[in-house]
Amino acid sequence: MAETTSTAGTDTTVVTDGEDGVRRRDFINIAAVSAAGVGGVATLIPLVSQMSPSADVLAESSTELDVGAIEPGQAVKAVFRKQPLFVRRLTAKEVEEANATDASSLRDPQTLAERTKEGHGDVLITMGVCTHLGCVPLGAAEGEIKGEFGGYFCPCHGSHYDTAGRIRKGPAPTNLEVPEYEFTSDTVVQVG
Amino acid sequence: MSFPWAQQYTPTNGLMRYFDEKLPLPRLVYNAVGAGYPVPRNLNYLWNFGVLAGFCLVIQIVTGIILAMHYAANAEVAFATTEHIMRNVNYGWLMRYAHANGASFFFAVIYLHIFRGFYYSSYKAPREMIWLLGVVIFLLLMATGFLGYVLPWGQMSFWGAKVITGLFGAIPIVGEPLQVWLLGGFAPDNAALNRFFSLHFLLPFVTAGVIILHIWALHIPGSSNPTGVEIKTESDTVPFHPYYTAKDGFGLGVFLLIYFAMVFFLPNYLGHPDNYIEANPLSTPAHIVPEWYFWPFYAILRAFTADFFFIPAKLMGVLAMFSAILIWFILPWLDKSPVRSGNYRPLFRIFFWILMFDMAVLFYLGGAPAEEPFVMFSQLATAYYFLHFLVIIPIVSMVEKPKPLPYSITEAVLGSDKEAVLGENASVAK
Ligand code: HEM
Ligand code: FES
Repeated sequence: MAETTSTAGTDTTVVTDGEDGVRRRDFINIAAVSAAGVGGVATLIPLVSQMSPSADVLAESSTELDVGAIEPGQAVKAVFRKQPLFVRRLTAKEVEEANATDASSLRDPQTLAERTKEGHGDVLITMGVCTHLGCVPLGAAEGEIKGEFGGYFCPCHGSHYDTAGRIRKGPAPTNLEVPEYEFTSDTVVQVG
Repeated sequence: MSFPWAQQYTPTNGLMRYFDEKLPLPRLVYNAVGAGYPVPRNLNYLWNFGVLAGFCLVIQIVTGIILAMHYAANAEVAFATTEHIMRNVNYGWLMRYAHANGASFFFAVIYLHIFRGFYYSSYKAPREMIWLLGVVIFLLLMATGFLGYVLPWGQMSFWGAKVITGLFGAIPIVGEPLQVWLLGGFAPDNAALNRFFSLHFLLPFVTAGVIILHIWALHIPGSSNPTGVEIKTESDTVPFHPYYTAKDGFGLGVFLLIYFAMVFFLPNYLGHPDNYIEANPLSTPAHIVPEWYFWPFYAILRAFTADFFFIPAKLMGVLAMFSAILIWFILPWLDKSPVRSGNYRPLFRIFFWILMFDMAVLFYLGGAPAEEPFVMFSQLATAYYFLHFLVIIPIVSMVEKPKPLPYSITEAVLGSDKEAVLGENASVAK
């Protein structure tokens, strides 16, 4: 008991001694709590980050494909990041249709040229994922309905895309996404 | 809490006395659902649904843990292990059908429990906390149901997961990274399936914890009742046991008859045949719908087809869908009427039934294809839904002239005022 009292006594001395009224114990207290706080927040980093795509999922994140064999008017479904990818070689008529539309009047204004690579204006590569809620639109495979604008049609909630994969009618907010890709040769495309 | 006239726990044998001294668990049970808990004497069958909901949770946990013994959360084999449960595991079909239908019955019971709360304004003071915790339980239940439905890894599982996580993608800026983070990939796959299983296993136990808080909060003011008049004297109450253990027991029997009729004779009636096709990331089923219990909210989601000022339609739909439930959190403060029970609120009662009709319409539309005229009807029904809570309820509670309330529960039951006024004090008054 006596000891406690004397400690308390020392304490009061410190208070009066402190130039700006800051006690040593306050300092230790703040330092300790801050260290614990920073440590706690730092712990969250692995806890949150483990949920993000793991290395093997990311390793699959680029895909190579040969577009040479696709005939005009034909499309293929490939897989990119475990999602469908539509690769379509447009016919001259489809290119014309896409260019005839005034891009600025569209919900998501983009021209066909902005959605293809220079020199490959007839190769339309888009995700096969409706920008509404993620269904796979119809129109890539032989015999599927292509919707009112001759491109793709999403049956889930009725989104119509045109020959440039642009949203023309229905609930989807944006055009079919054009993933990052480049032509590594005349016919080979590296996506991602 | 308890009322002063609540019976006290008095252990009759030495063992229980010993136990109660070391750990007063028997006492806790006695005071919570035994003779030590006085309950209004006039509760009707709508007051059964709380106990039934608790029972559903028990069914889900027992059958769920058994399913988890045979199921493997790996995208390669998840569908196959579900079929293995159905075909090879002894009584596996029973466990799975009991679990899948158990989820449906859980929601049916919870909806009735919530609508009971709407009609009798059980959300009003002093029971706001019970109501708020109830809404939390409902949200947990929805999350659990959604996560569970993904596990069999059929076509509906996969596309449900895709569409629902896609909702987060509607959030500006952070949406897409958030969706990728939730899924652990760019589309639902092994990572997503595994974490969904982990969380599907966890959330029911979190729910159980919140239920304990819900009941704790309930035991402070005690149950409300069909008159909405608070308990005044002992004659307004009966002990929970044996009166309501018996009444709840009877209700449980009826519930089990209907539930097992479904499990045994119509086990797939509430399910979707497409979920017996293994998940295929490259092909969407023609008509994706969630489970029936999500339909009203799915209808609200799809009602937004045009941009609203600067907010894109897709985001509006998501916001509206979540708000449709979150709005329940402020209901206790929107309804200012001092009278609780709809029995004494003629105007409120009319609007209550219109809301029920509106909910029925939303239920129907959520399961219908996204075509006209369904879309237009969803828009009207959604508009009315929000109008009901944000405009009609506050106005009704201000302008309505309620019918006279009975003096007490006893008077309402026995029709005689004297009993109520004198009641247990009769001897003092003499
Ligand atoms: C709040 C309570 C619960 C609800 C609402 C719920 C809901 C569901 C639903 C809707 C399904 C899909 C059924 C189907 O179509 O096959 C499911 C599956 C599953 N649940 Fe639950 N569940 C709950 C609790 C639990 C618990 C506590 C566990 C384990 C500890 C569990 C383990 C499983 C497993 C392993 C599956 C996959 C097998 C199957 O699809 O039948 N569940 N759950
Ligand atoms: S997901 Fe394509 S229209 Fe809704």
